[in-house]
Amino acid sequence: MADLTTEFLGIKSPNPFWLASAPPTDKEYNVRRAFDAGWGGVVWKTLGEEGPPVVNVNGPRYGVIHGADRRVLGLNNIELITDRDLQTNLDEITRVKKDYPDHALIVSIMVPCEEGAWKAILPKVEATGADGIELNFGCPHGMSERGMGAAVGQVPEYIEMVTRWCKENYSKPVIVKLTPNITDIRKPAEAAKRGGADAVSLINTINSIVSVDLDSMSPHPSIDGKGTHGGYCGPAVKPICLSMVSEIARNPATAGLPMSGIGGVTTWRDAAEYITMGCGNVQVCTAAMTYGFKVVQEMISGLSEWMDEKGHTRIQDFMGAAVPNTTDWQYLNLNYIAKAQINQNDCIKCGRCYAACEDTSHQAIAMSADRTFSVVDEECVACNLCVEVCPVENCITMVPMDAGAVDPRTGKTVEEDYANWTTHPNNPSATAAE
Amino acid sequence: MNTPRTPGIVGDRLPGDELANNFSDLHAPLAGHEAAVAADRCYFCHDAPCVTACPTDIDIPLFIRQISTGTPHAAGKTIFDQNILGGMCARVCPTEDLCEQVCVREVAEGKPVEIGRLQRFATDSVMAQGTHPYTRATATGKTAAVVGAGPAGLACAHRLAMLGHSVDLYDGRPKAGGLNEYGIAAYKSTDGFAAAEVDWLLSVGGITLHTGKALGDDLSLDDLSEKADAVFLAVGLGGVNALGVEGGDKDGVEDAVSFIETLRQTDDLTTLPVGRNVVVIGGGMTAVDAAVQSKLLGADAVTIAYRRGRDAMSASRYEQDLAASHGVKLLFNVQPMAVHGNGAATDIEFEYTATQNGKLTGTGETVRLAADQVFRAIGQTLTSDGGLNLEGRKIAVSGRGRTSRTGVWAGGDCAAGGDDLTVTAVAEGRDAAMDIHATLMG
Repeated sequence: MADLTTEFLGIKSPNPFWLASAPPTDKEYNVRRAFDAGWGGVVWKTLGEEGPPVVNVNGPRYGVIHGADRRVLGLNNIELITDRDLQTNLDEITRVKKDYPDHALIVSIMVPCEEGAWKAILPKVEATGADGIELNFGCPHGMSERGMGAAVGQVPEYIEMVTRWCKENYSKPVIVKLTPNITDIRKPAEAAKRGGADAVSLINTINSIVSVDLDSMSPHPSIDGKGTHGGYCGPAVKPICLSMVSEIARNPATAGLPMSGIGGVTTWRDAAEYITMGCGNVQVCTAAMTYGFKVVQEMISGLSEWMDEKGHTRIQDFMGAAVPNTTDWQYLNLNYIAKAQINQNDCIKCGRCYAACEDTSHQAIAMSADRTFSVVDEECVACNLCVEVCPVENCITMVPMDAGAVDPRTGKTVEEDYANWTTHPNNPSATAAE
Repeated sequence: MNTPRTPGIVGDRLPGDELANNFSDLHAPLAGHEAAVAADRCYFCHDAPCVTACPTDIDIPLFIRQISTGTPHAAGKTIFDQNILGGMCARVCPTEDLCEQVCVREVAEGKPVEIGRLQRFATDSVMAQGTHPYTRATATGKTAAVVGAGPAGLACAHRLAMLGHSVDLYDGRPKAGGLNEYGIAAYKSTDGFAAAEVDWLLSVGGITLHTGKALGDDLSLDDLSEKADAVFLAVGLGGVNALGVEGGDKDGVEDAVSFIETLRQTDDLTTLPVGRNVVVIGGGMTAVDAAVQSKLLGADAVTIAYRRGRDAMSASRYEQDLAASHGVKLLFNVQPMAVHGNGAATDIEFEYTATQNGKLTGTGETVRLAADQVFRAIGQTLTSDGGLNLEGRKIAVSGRGRTSRTGVWAGGDCAAGGDDLTVTAVAEGRDAAMDIHATLMG
């Protein structure tokens, strides 16, 4: 049985599944339910400075992109940081940490970009006994208009400055949460590292308007006929985050910086993928908000079963394993040649591969009068579209050609050796292979 | 109050509320959420097999996608463009033998997309609007006579009217609708749907309905041909094959189609008599409809007796199972020998059959069943051919319904070729209308 315990920045947790700072972690009641359900850690919903708390809208806060059967694919929210009194939150955090000493409890913080504001709140948070803090530099709506959240996260110098204040005024680990609403994720990550951050967590939500109500002509969610952009999360954003995580992992300036992966983690498999891309754990929100806290049970059992199958005994065994295989396009092997292959026993003859290839791609699938679909090797460029639109998983596969065989599309022999764009004769700036 | 075991052919075997429940919708309509879930399962196949299997070529993937994107009226229009009786076909089509049989999800999972019920969802939503979705083209000045207001005649008349022709639609019965109104099982067309569909269809305009006018009795093909620019015959099969066995004329021996017709036109089903022991002779849909409805009326024991094996039955396996699930016994490989009884039937005697050298023969072994009511469901026949050439016992047609006489087309059950299905009749009526239009405007 695989050991799922993690030690992220020295903070122990029974498994790598943490709940992200978000509505599910706003109160003692929810957090106790989460820990009891099996979540390894919780990042408490973002605290603001002392004084009258922020207010939230009293109309709808969420909008969703649905898939078939109303599966939640993408979730948009316009909720702000905690709208509860600071001391109430601090008291609750203290009680929860005392009762759950073996679970990770991190406090998310967002106060104005002034050293005094941070100096005021950090000792209070330290006194709760929580295991660390996460700096919310990412919230893209409401708070950013007040100079906080993403407004800080979009300026690397501010990230560095505030991170430094925190490291100087707080003794435990400092995690910097990054906004994806920038052009190059490496810059804010580098700034966090320069400021002394112990880790980065990413991503916060993406600016989004999920839909427009065609009756009221208002963006959804609509507050009395008006809408605004919110923050987008859920399964739909996972690919964006996975890419950003990979960039930080591959950037020499930040390689090795601990990361907590956030964005669309819905199953054990998503979590495993984040960890292979260098994350020490993952943070979850939308899956919990869709299915409730029990969903962590599947994540735990699934990750455990997969690790056992692969012979991994600890999370560290596969952490970062996919990073060396993540490269730039120009280094992909252009001598690797594959062809689509349709398993006729599994084919249900829907013809979607044919429609996709014939209308939008390479006319590389033939259809017979009796609806037998077959690949035309002379035309197939192995684009994978047929594989992805086929309703039956693994019915169509991409089969690599052996070296020495002749590609019927090009008439050229498949080379055994690796060769990429940097040396390709069509590349005007190619350097001749030595 | 009688009971199922009361002897003889009597009414009032079951309480009214139980009868109302028995004759409610066989398949309840899909609610909005159910339709959304069902529509999500469609893969939007290329050159979809379901479309190929539909005699009227309805673009099924398109209408299902229109349902799933929240536009059921557009979905209904997609259906009606091909099949103006799409509402009835959604209720009576043997989808298990047509579109749903070849659905790729039937192939993949043994669970097809519920095309029939989705079609009903779409067509019901259009008809619930209370307006007709089609307008007529500019009047052509041409006239057509359509004889028979069943599915084929209605489809033909509607298409001709849409194209701008003036149509006289004749039917021998008091109401239009043909088998939709008089023939199919009541639980497939509840709440007067057949009549409502006719009213909705005729509201396109340009169609004058004349009921109580039958070919041969009140109408002659010569007169019709003289008065109208084109004639479409869709007279169905009005006759019933005789039983031809000893005692076949005893009281209690009836035509299944007459029984169903009476049932469909009876408002208070407690008044409708049915036997305690009912035997239906035949193997088609009419046999199943008569047997199941006898059971639903409260008959104690109902048997379908068919002279060949299960596989040869023209009623689908689904229909056979439907009958069995209602407690109807299916007896195969038996042929009737004699009906016994003193004046009224009390028993029916069958001989077992076997097929030898491709020929059905009696084995000599017999069986007797108690039977105070015997229904003949052994096929219907053409009653008036208008002097046209026949193919077998039906009107011979070529191309899109052209008969041996210029200016006369035929379709539906009275015409040779095609299955005797509502949907096939609709396709034939529609296609004949297009051929008539091309001929008249040529």
